[in-house]
Formats: sequence, structure tokens, C-alpha cells
Amino acid sequence: MMPVGHYLFLSLALFIIGTIGVITRRNVIVVLMSIELILNAVNLNLVAFSRVFGDASGQIFALFILLVAVAEAIIGLAILIAFFRNRETLQTDEMDLLKW
Amino acid sequence: VTPSAYFLSHAWLVPIVPLLTAILLFFLGRALPKSVISVLCVAGMFLSFAFSLGAILQLLAFPSGARAYQQILYDWLVLPGLPGGNLVTPLVAECGYLLDPLSAVMILVIAGIGLLIYIYSVGYMSHEPGYYRYFGLLNLFSFFMLTLVLANNLLLFFVGWEGASLCAYFLVSFHFLKNPALQAGLRTFLVNRLTGVAVLLGIFLVAITTGTVRFTSEGLSEPHSSIGIFQLFPAQLNQGVLSSGAPILTAIALLFLVGAIGKSAQFPLHAWLPDTAVAPVPFSAFIHSAAMVTSGVYLIARMNFVYQLSPFAMNTVALIGATTAIFAAFLALLQTDVKKVLAYSTLSQVGLMFLALGVGAFAAGIFQLMTHAFMKSLLFLAAGSVIHALSGESDLRKMGGLWNTMPSTSRPFLIATLALAGMPPLAGFFSKNEILSHVYARSAGLDRYLILWIVGVLTAGLTSLYIFRLLFLAFFGRSRVPVEIEGHILETPKTFAFPLMILAFLSIAGGWLALPVLWGEESPFARFLAPVFLSVRSQRATTSFAPNSLQTEYVLMAASAVIALFAVLLAYNIYIKHPKRHIRIAEALSRLTKWGATTNTTDNLYDILFVNRFKDLSLFLYSFDLKIIQGLTASATSRAARLLSRVSTWWDEWIIDGLFNFVAKVVKSFSVPLRMFQTGSFSSYAVLILLGLVILLGYYGHHVQYIVRYAH
Repeated sequence: MMPVGHYLFLSLALFIIGTIGVITRRNVIVVLMSIELILNAVNLNLVAFSRVFGDASGQIFALFILLVAVAEAIIGLAILIAFFRNRETLQTDEMDLLKW
Repeated sequence: VTPSAYFLSHAWLVPIVPLLTAILLFFLGRALPKSVISVLCVAGMFLSFAFSLGAILQLLAFPSGARAYQQILYDWLVLPGLPGGNLVTPLVAECGYLLDPLSAVMILVIAGIGLLIYIYSVGYMSHEPGYYRYFGLLNLFSFFMLTLVLANNLLLFFVGWEGASLCAYFLVSFHFLKNPALQAGLRTFLVNRLTGVAVLLGIFLVAITTGTVRFTSEGLSEPHSSIGIFQLFPAQLNQGVLSSGAPILTAIALLFLVGAIGKSAQFPLHAWLPDTAVAPVPFSAFIHSAAMVTSGVYLIARMNFVYQLSPFAMNTVALIGATTAIFAAFLALLQTDVKKVLAYSTLSQVGLMFLALGVGAFAAGIFQLMTHAFMKSLLFLAAGSVIHALSGESDLRKMGGLWNTMPSTSRPFLIATLALAGMPPLAGFFSKNEILSHVYARSAGLDRYLILWIVGVLTAGLTSLYIFRLLFLAFFGRSRVPVEIEGHILETPKTFAFPLMILAFLSIAGGWLALPVLWGEESPFARFLAPVFLSVRSQRATTSFAPNSLQTEYVLMAASAVIALFAVLLAYNIYIKHPKRHIRIAEALSRLTKWGATTNTTDNLYDILFVNRFKDLSLFLYSFDLKIIQGLTASATSRAARLLSRVSTWWDEWIIDGLFNFVAKVVKSFSVPLRMFQTGSFSSYAVLILLGLVILLGYYGHHVQYIVRYAH
């Protein structure tokens, strides 16, 4: 059995990649994909610890997160379509209406 | 109320009927046909006249000393006693009427002549626009005149006095699209209003002297509970509170005199009356004979006891009367307009009434008032008939030869002319004779009254001259009527002829009330009026005087008749026999004629005395305003205001605004670091979130420690 540390490192790697993606990328779709990466990192963590503790609630929690992620992706994409219709752009640096 | 006093107790109907008619006409008159209006007005006035007549007949049934009937309808004004003044008890002005011989004569004259004038107006005004307006105003005028003479106290009297002025204004300005009518109306109103103030002041003086405004307590059903001026002045005289000729009495008498001068158009406030020639002829006839100009005479006659107590005021009345009489008679001679001749004649005749009042012959004055009302309304109505026939032409120079063209006008006109000239035995002879003999009798003790008598006789002569001049120029001689008018001279309609006939009869017979004078008895008319004119100071009589002996009377009568006749011959000689002569005279005196034909002379006098002085005062006040008010006060106040406003501005800017601005600035300064976070850049927000996460994790680091430890 693989030690849990490997899972954690993979999870950490996914989280860092996702975070960097969220911060650095300017296309909103890519940002959404990066957020999915972060969520999956969390899922991986949950599943790994679930194995460690022999407690299935972690896996169930991960399934819920998948569900929430899907819903979030759907709503996010819907917002993006509406947004694109108005502004004809998906670049985050052009979304500055709330700036002071 | 006993049945025999029915008319007396309903005498309030006399003024009320015209009032109701007037109200009806003002609200519905526009919709009513002319025939209905005519019937309504004539019937209403006839009712008034019938009630006046009934009331007088019932009054005559009373014993001669107690011929007075007073009824109080309700308390109209109740003024509390003035603190610190003479009024201890409340001053009460009732709405009530007093029927005594004086007011009885007055309502009979006003309602009687009024009725005839109404009938005449039906024909005269039938082609005029505003028929209902004319009759509505005429009814209102009658109401005020009847109120004036029937009122039992001074305040109600004053209502009638001012109301009559107001209606006179409306009626003089009846043709309100013509400027002369407007100006004449305005002048009428102003003169009457101005002198009305004097009357009001007089009323105030009476009220604070006696504490009442009621004329007399005679004829009241409970005389003990009530007082009147007529009773109070002699009482105060007896108590020594007042003395004869006291300044307060003279002041009251003179204030009332000013009012009477304005209303009766005496010198020097006479100029408004000739101007009213622009009014509709029937109304002119009304104000020149029975109404309006008589109110001044009535006022003095009504307040005769005050005048009796003030010799100075009496002399002033006589002097003004004599001046006006001769002055106006002279001016009447110079007029070329029919209505103006008659207007000046009115002035002159009313002047004679004032002369009579001024020498204490009150009854003679009222007698003249009555006969003059008959004669002058006849003259005016006949003149109106001529003017009507000549399509509105009133210039004497364009008349002549109408004697046979208009018989039903010219015959009554001749009668009125003879009567006014004082030919025996017509009305004017008796009334004029009464006055002149009283003036002469007065002069027995005091020579200066002889001048008044001479003035009176001269006036009688001039009267005869100018009125025959009018007759000859209008009805005799060659016709000078323009051809285009002459073709359709109209004979007078029946509504004209009827009043003329009645008035002609009255001009003949009206004077016979004084017939017993001829055989040395007292005139019944004077005896009827005597209770009103009782001597207040019967013991120390200076206003009552010995009557002339019978021979003197005859001499006086003969003298006045001869003078009148002489004047007639003179007029005949100038205007008929030598028609060229009067034109030559007129040319020779052209400047005089021009001066007399206009009222400009008195206007100039008013200008010099009042208008220009008022302008001077205004200019002075203007410069005062400019220099003192604006120069000093205004600049000082403006400077102060400017200083104040500067302080206020500072306060506003620095304290009021400053406080808010300070708060705003503090808030703004806080916002400066905070808004640095709100970049609007997506990635910077993400970094901040991450940072927040890291900080949270750092803070709760021991949990991380625990997790990491567990993982190993």
C-alpha cells in the first residue's frame, strides 16, 4: 500500500498548479478549469484520508464535492455565456467594472 | 299697532320696495324683457309712493304737536362705551325709521317725483342699451335716498348718504364708454366721498358729545327708555355742560355743513353738478330736483337745533347759500347747453335754500326744496324731451321755434319757466317770497342781512332772466335746428307727456300750501313743519325774529314780482324782439362767455389751491425721500445689512458647511488606503484570497502541525 504522503504530495501539486492557474491565467474558462483542479486536489485529500482512517464519510464527501463542482461549472459557464454576450470578451483583466 | 297706523308701521316698505326691485333686476334683469322691467319698476315705485302718502295722511291725523312716529326694527350696531370717553353707556345705532313732518315731506317728494321720473324713463331709456342696469341702479339710488330721509339715526342716515353717492357715480357714468361720463362720475364720487368724511367726523363728534346718534326720542313708543340728540343738546345746555355757540357745536355744525356743501353742490364744491349733464336725462332730473342735492338741505334742516346753537355756522350757511345763488345764476346766463343752464339754475336755487336755512327760516328752505323739485324736474324732463326729439342735440344755439312743433313739451315748459321765475300765483312765487321775506325780516335787527336780501332779490331777477332766455332760445324765434334733424322732430311719446302734465300741475299749485300768507296768516306748510324746527333757545331767541308786517309783505311780494317781470321784458327785448342783439352781446362778452361756459375756472381754482399744492408736497416728499430716507437711512441700513450678511456668510461657510465638509474629509481620508485593495483586477483578488488563506492557516497552524504529524 502506498504511503499516504504520496497522495498528499500529488494533491499538493494539483492544488499549487490550480492556484497558479487561477492567479496567472486571464481566460476565465482556464480559471474555471484551474478551480476544478483545486477541487480535485481536495477530493484526493479526502479520499486518501478516508483510506487512512477507514472512514467512508470522506469518500461520500468527495462525491458531494464532485456534484457541487459540476453544478458550479454549469452555473459558471452559463454566467460566462451571458457575460460574453454583453462584453464580447472573457479576459479577466477586462472585467473591471467594480474597480474604484 | 292700531289699525289707523297701518301705513305708519309699514313705512319701512317705502325704501325696501325699491331695494327688492333693484336686487331682482341685478340678478334677473338681463333675462327679463323690457316691458316686464318697466312694469315692475313703476309698480314698485308706485307702491312706495302709495305707502308714503298713506303714512303722511295718518301722520296728519295726529295732534299737531305730536306728529312723529318712530319705529325701531332692530338694533343694528351696538358699540361698547369708550374707555375714558364721554360714552358711558353703549352707543346703539338701530335700524329704524322716523316719520315726522320733515321726513314725511321728503319721502313724498322723493317717491312722488321718483315715480314720475320712472314713468318718463320708460320712454326715454327704451332705446338705450343696459335698460335693466339703468333701472336697477335707479332703484338702488331711490332706496338709498329714502333710507337717508327715513333713518332715525345719524349712522343709518350716513348709509343712505354714501349709498346715494355711490349710485350717483354709477348713473352719472352710465354711458361708461364715453370718457366725459367717466370723468364726471369720478368727480361726483370724489367730491361726495371727500365731504362724506366730514359728515362722518361730525357724527363721531355728536356721538362722543351726546352718547347717542338717534335724532330724537319723539314718536317712540316708550320715550323714557330712550334719548335723542334733539333732547340731549338742550338738556346739556340747561345743565351748563354746553353753552350756546360752544366750539364743539360749531365744529359739528361746520362738519355737517361741509358734507351738505359737497352733496348739494354749493360753492366752492359745486363743479361736479354741471358735469353730471352727461348722465341720462331722467336721472339728471332726479338728482337735480328731488334727490341728491336735497340731501344737504335735509341734513342741515334735520340737525337744525345744532345750527340754532351756533350763530357762526348759521351765518356761514347763509353766506355760502347767497354766494352760490348769485354766482350760479350768473353762470347760468352764460351757458349754451340746455342741461348746463338747468344745472346752474339748480345750484342757484339750492343756494337760496341754504340762504333760507342760514337765516333760520328752515321751513321756507324746505318749502323751496319742494316747489323747486316740481319745477326743476319738469324743466329737466321737458328739456330731455326736446333733446330726445332733436336726436340728442342739447345746444341752445341749434334750437328755436319749437313752440308749435312740440306742444305737449313746450306748454309745460312755459309753466315751469313762469314758476321758476317767480310769477304769481305759481309755486316759485310763494317759495321764493317766503325766503326773501324771512331774510328781510332777519335784516330788521342786523343790517348785514340786508346785503343777503339784496343778493336774494338780484338772484330772483337773474333767475327770471336766464330761464326766459332758455325758453325764448329753445322754443321761440327762428328755428336754428339743423335741416337734417328738423325733418324728423318727434312729438313726445305719452310716457313723456304724462309726467310733464302732473309736474306742470304741481308747479302751478304746489305753492298754494302757503296761500294764507297772502292775508297775513302763517303758511300751513310752515305750521306743519314747525315742530321739527322748534327754537331750542326759545327764551334767548336770536334765530327767531319778529315777522314782517303785512304791508311789508305785500311790498316785498310786489317787488319780487316786478323784478321778475322786468327781467322777463329784458329777456324778451334781447332774445325775441332784437334777435341780433344777444348775439352782439355774446360777442362783446365772448371772453366772459367762454369763461362761464366751462367749469375750467373752478378747476383752475382747485388746481391752484389743492392739486398744485399736493404736487408740491409730493415733490417735497420725493426729494426728502431721496436725500434723507435713501441718502442717510437707506445707505446706513444697507451698510449694516451688508456687514450682517458678511458675518452670516462666514458662519455659513466655515461653521455650517465646514462641519459637514470636515466629516466628509475624514471619511474620505480613511478610504484612501482601503480602496487600494479594490483594484478591479481578477488575479489580484485571487492573490488576496490566497493570502487570506495562508494567514488563516498560519494562525491555525497547530492544526496543520497536528495533521502533518498524524500523516507521518
